[in-house]
Amino acid sequence: MTTDSHTETDGAAHTSTGLSNNKLGMWLFLGSECLLFGGLISTYMLYRGRVGEGPRPSQVFDIPFTSVSSFVLLMSSLTMVLAVSAAHKGDDRNTYLWTTVTAILGATFVGGQVYEFTAFYNEGMGFTTSLFSSSFYVLTGFHGVHVTVGVIMLMSIVGIMKRSKVPGSKSETVEMIGLYWHFVDVVWIIIFTLIYLIPA
Amino acid sequence: MAIIERSITSTEVFSVATPSSSLGALKRPVATTGWKSWLFTVDHKKLGIMYSAAALFFFIVGGLEAVLIRLQLAAPNGKILNADLYNQMFTMHATTMVFLFVMPMAAGLANYFIPLQIGARDVAFPRINAFSFWAFLFGGLFLNLSWFLGGAADGGWFMYAPNSGPVFSPSHGIDFWVLGLQITGIASLAGAVNLITTVLNMRAPGMKLMRMPIFTWMQLVVQFLLLFAVPVITVALFLLSFQRNFGATFFDVSAGADPLLWQHLFWIFGHPEVYILILPSFGVISEVLPVFSRKPLFGYPFVVFSGAAIGFVGWGVWAHHMFASGLGPVSVAVFSISTMAIAVPTGVKIVNWTMTLWGGKLEFTAAMKFAVGLIVLFTIGGLSGVTHSVAPSDTQQTDTYYIVAHFHYVLFGGAVFGLFSGFYYWWPKVFGKLLNEKLGTWNFWLMVIGMNMTFGPMHILGLQGQPRRMYQWTEARAGEGLFNFGFWNMFASIGSIVLSIGILLFLINIVITARNGKVAPLDPWDARSLEWMTSNPPKEHNFDSIPTISHLDEFFHRKYQEDASGQMVKVKTAEQVMKELEDNADAHIHMPSPSYWPIFLAAGLPVISFGVIYSIPIAIIGGVIVLFGCYGWSIEPSTAPDDDFDPPATTKDVVHVG
Amino acid sequence: MSNAGYVRIAAILAAITALEVATYYVDLGALFLPSLLIMMAVKFYIVVSFFMHLRYESKMFSWVFYTGLFLAIVVYGIFLATFHFFS
Ligand code: HEM
Ligand SMILES: [Cu+2]
Repeated sequence: MTTDSHTETDGAAHTSTGLSNNKLGMWLFLGSECLLFGGLISTYMLYRGRVGEGPRPSQVFDIPFTSVSSFVLLMSSLTMVLAVSAAHKGDDRNTYLWTTVTAILGATFVGGQVYEFTAFYNEGMGFTTSLFSSSFYVLTGFHGVHVTVGVIMLMSIVGIMKRSKVPGSKSETVEMIGLYWHFVDVVWIIIFTLIYLIPA
Repeated sequence: MAIIERSITSTEVFSVATPSSSLGALKRPVATTGWKSWLFTVDHKKLGIMYSAAALFFFIVGGLEAVLIRLQLAAPNGKILNADLYNQMFTMHATTMVFLFVMPMAAGLANYFIPLQIGARDVAFPRINAFSFWAFLFGGLFLNLSWFLGGAADGGWFMYAPNSGPVFSPSHGIDFWVLGLQITGIASLAGAVNLITTVLNMRAPGMKLMRMPIFTWMQLVVQFLLLFAVPVITVALFLLSFQRNFGATFFDVSAGADPLLWQHLFWIFGHPEVYILILPSFGVISEVLPVFSRKPLFGYPFVVFSGAAIGFVGWGVWAHHMFASGLGPVSVAVFSISTMAIAVPTGVKIVNWTMTLWGGKLEFTAAMKFAVGLIVLFTIGGLSGVTHSVAPSDTQQTDTYYIVAHFHYVLFGGAVFGLFSGFYYWWPKVFGKLLNEKLGTWNFWLMVIGMNMTFGPMHILGLQGQPRRMYQWTEARAGEGLFNFGFWNMFASIGSIVLSIGILLFLINIVITARNGKVAPLDPWDARSLEWMTSNPPKEHNFDSIPTISHLDEFFHRKYQEDASGQMVKVKTAEQVMKELEDNADAHIHMPSPSYWPIFLAAGLPVISFGVIYSIPIAIIGGVIVLFGCYGWSIEPSTAPDDDFDPPATTKDVVHVG
Repeated sequence: MSNAGYVRIAAILAAITALEVATYYVDLGALFLPSLLIMMAVKFYIVVSFFMHLRYESKMFSWVFYTGLFLAIVVYGIFLATFHFFS
């Protein structure tokens, strides 16, 4: 009996469920992340009204600006899915292209966040100003770190692919990063609504 | 391609990668013997042994801490520890026992036995497995480093505010605690993803979920609990880090914070955590009891489903740890009722075990003794648990020694006894030698007597009002007569010495067995599950050919068949069953190749943590190590390509293993 | 799904986002909160189902992911309720 299960490198080949180890692992991880972000969001919810001497959320939030950066992140999900689809077709050129565009959109979002944080800081909302400010920065900062990690992964994978050094299946690797990327986007969909649009 | 000369393993089916063209930054390590073969291994069995050995080490550390606590409390006005050291002692005792002993010991058993029990050759992600181990070990050592750097954490294992704040705990102890647990948390999370994927995806043909051994099942539930509970404590720990290291005030009441935030986050994690601690042991004894009763487990599906039910309902009871915190009547009532409900699936299990014993041909080996010990002692702890679930009664008991009695009956009498049962049962599998049964019997009885002497009286002490975490008690408060503090405290302390001697006997047993233990036969216990269907210790690739499974208790069914009168009779010996697998051996098996990256990557984590406490540039260096490790990892294939093997294999009959 | 299909989905997402932002400027009264929450949930579901292909993948993936999501919502919901967050 010959079972050829290159686990960790290529996916679905002969596992007991027929599913790829990598994908299953990724979905498990994302399930776990729900509880991570859930905890951070709940902490924010508990503390959003506790502004002390500092500014209130509605005083600092710049909805038009954040709407634009949210839109940028949302569109990066489109470019990501185009990259994954190109990778599945073995279309290297478009894979590189859309992966790079996704990374740029992601970096734009992070840049926007840096700008936003600076603006808030100048309006008197430091990290330790109030419970609201601390919990806001921790939550959005955590999300920002997730996006940054995603950007690094996207840029790295382009480099690694160009030198054809991807062990295992290229398209699955891109797909894996894609799953992570979309998840980060989905978390922002929630943050944008619960934190920005719904007033405290 | 550099081909290195090596002796070929006995079955001649197993080959090793050459160090030639690994795509990583460094050439692959290939040693199969010596310390390098351990440091860079990705073999689930070696990792399992290392997990367990490290856990045993921490068990001794935590045990010594416990003995110091008991010596301090033996007599009034104890002088052995001052108040500060006493606080550090009980905090680190609990932290060590929970996070550095029971959890990793269970992880060690899981690592070793899950692949064997489901008929796999390794886990789904062998390198992640190695990473998990090293992260746990480095995290544990990091945590204990605080002893030497200004004092350990002192806020109690649940680290409530305000004790966790810089005002009440100015040393770096709690910083080490927070970051150390963060690292072990990463280890647990990575382990959970890995082991769940392994159980779901790596089963041998025919190994349906409802044919899996119970130990594997209970571990599956545990890994799901870890998967979803670890991130909750991660959040709590991050918040605390930001408070202690970067000036936030998340738990600082004077800044308007709500101290219950921490309590909730901690116990949302904490209650699933207690099931993370106990379910592996439930799994172990559900393997041991049938083997030594010569009967199948009574009501296998009930044991599976009650385990899953415990795992699920365990998410809805956390606030029973907070009855005295002013939650409000509705919350208290709801959590009180849910807590009573969770005793039901637990009771189902106890019934199943008892019915397994009923009418069996009982054989009281050391493993069996510990298993039966668990049933009895855990039941006592479960019953006191139900008394806490009644909120009015709990408000009397909370923060007294009565609670201490409860959780030691469930944790020591339950979790630890189950692990010991597993040690005696599986030792021959792992090391090829049988632990000495006579010493095992002494080991067992001293532990039973010691544990009841130590923790039994704590029920009385607690109901008398002796508070928990009190560093001294005075004659004036001791009371009189039978319920006198003095007598029972002394009694408990003597008990802890008896208990320690019992555990010492186990350590002696290990040494004696290693020196001149009896070599184990292939199937020493006439066992039922798949891990016994390979040599002792198992070959590096576990099975020469992957068995096809057609029964629950597959190994038993290969050995025994029904005769005309419906009796199960032995038709084959274990040796014959093994021989059948050997005869169909796969020709070339390529196991996952060793790697530098897991230990390298894990080593970056304590560096980062160190930097967070002392200076940010160090943290950046740690970050660079991690980043570099990630790159090395991602461009190195987990199993070396076929032409990297010696002999180079290009034929189709190569079997690759995860 | 074709690339054109993905673009169509992205357009739907963009439209919902525009509506979301619009609620900020238009007074919807009692409908404000529910409408925002529903739009958020719909966007979430669309990205997960179509961009992440969860709808087309094995049920197992949905199980593990939605279990996490479900636990997060229920557990943290109860948690916030004990603080009288919703009243
Ligand atoms: C029959 C099932 C159980 C019930 C009804 C139950 C109930 C409780 C309750 C209500 C408390 C809080 C008491 C207080 O602090 O006032 C408690 C504490 C505790 N329980 Fe259980 N329990 C059960 C099983 C377990 C198991 C299986 C374990 C672990 C293996 C466990 C470990 C603990 C620990 C460690 C504490 C103390 C936490 C601390 O304050 O440090 N319990 N239990
Ligand atoms: Cu509990």
